[in-house]
Amino acid sequence: MKDKADLATNLKMLAILVATIVLHLTDLTILFISTCANAWRTHGESSYDLWYDCTQSNGGYRCLWTSDADWLQAVQALMVLATIFCLLSFIIFLCQLFTLVKGGRFFFTAVFQVLASLFVMSGAIIYTVMSPEWKKESDVYGYAFVLAWLAFPLTLISGIIYIVLRKKK
Amino acid sequence: MLSVLALTSVVLLSLASQITAIVVYTSWEKHALVGSDVRLSCSFFSWHWTSPDVTFSWQYRPDGAKEGISIFHYGGGVAYVDNKGPFRDRLEFVGNPSRRDGSILIKELDFSDNGTFTCDAKNPPDIVGHSSSVRLLVFEKVPVQAGVVTGAIIGVVLGLLILIVAIYYLMRFLVARRVFSLSMSKHGKKGKGKEGTQQKQIPKVPPVFISF
Repeated sequence: MKDKADLATNLKMLAILVATIVLHLTDLTILFISTCANAWRTHGESSYDLWYDCTQSNGGYRCLWTSDADWLQAVQALMVLATIFCLLSFIIFLCQLFTLVKGGRFFFTAVFQVLASLFVMSGAIIYTVMSPEWKKESDVYGYAFVLAWLAFPLTLISGIIYIVLRKKK
Repeated sequence: MLSVLALTSVVLLSLASQITAIVVYTSWEKHALVGSDVRLSCSFFSWHWTSPDVTFSWQYRPDGAKEGISIFHYGGGVAYVDNKGPFRDRLEFVGNPSRRDGSILIKELDFSDNGTFTCDAKNPPDIVGHSSSVRLLVFEKVPVQAGVVTGAIIGVVLGLLILIVAIYYLMRFLVARRVFSLSMSKHGKKGKGKEGTQQKQIPKVPPVFISF
């Protein structure tokens, strides 16, 4: 009986661990795509922001650097920082998994993940606030913009899970 | 023997000077604020010694115009600046022809000065070569260069992170050392056994027995 109970708790712990890691890796992927894909605004076959304006014409791409508005560079920086911090928190999580005292909390992992979520929130907010005067009327928001807004709650939830999680005794 | 060598070198040099040409150097683009002064530099490379008959001439072609006008000429040791055209009283020769420098200074820039400036240098007998152009862009406000703000923000944040981590580890190290030295002075030899365990306990996060 006791063995079965132990097995059940072990499996539960393993499931939670796997789910946490999967969530973290999903966050990381979303952040990478949102930062690197140049599709925060789209208009038909053209995609603009975060890095350059590309238009597809006659079967080829014509790209220019985005006119350097200060706030756009700030958004670039915040997105890159969010990705770096998410990556760092994953590495720290793996380290802490093996070095933490039994029963201890994943404090550093949580701190980095919450910082990453704050950075992506700031970036998304700045872009949302400043882009209406920047984009043309016919532009629509692209998938990278949506992913950035999606990344914010996911990273926040992931960070909170790390605050609450404790290492198995 | 020596005369044969001298003859060969003279022949080779004269051949070489016919193959190579004079090469003129200027900047590619110049950015300046309206109302400020800008120095347009021009230099050249030539296999011959700098001749006393060296000439520099600058031409200006406004943006959108088809042809340029001549605005500066240096020749025979005298510099002739523009006294009729768009740059009258604003142009100054700041170069040193003996050092192959034919730079000019344009003062009090205006938006109408946007355009292409072409420098042509001749160093007799080396007169064959291409001229070189520099584009002048006059701004009301110097635009932020690509990536400056981005790099600054990223650099500051990562720097702060490294600083905080370094300070944290330093504090931990100092606290551990201070506790060690205090205990040493209090307990003497007897304290050494205790310190070992104390030092091991301090760094790690203490176990919190609160369930979630």
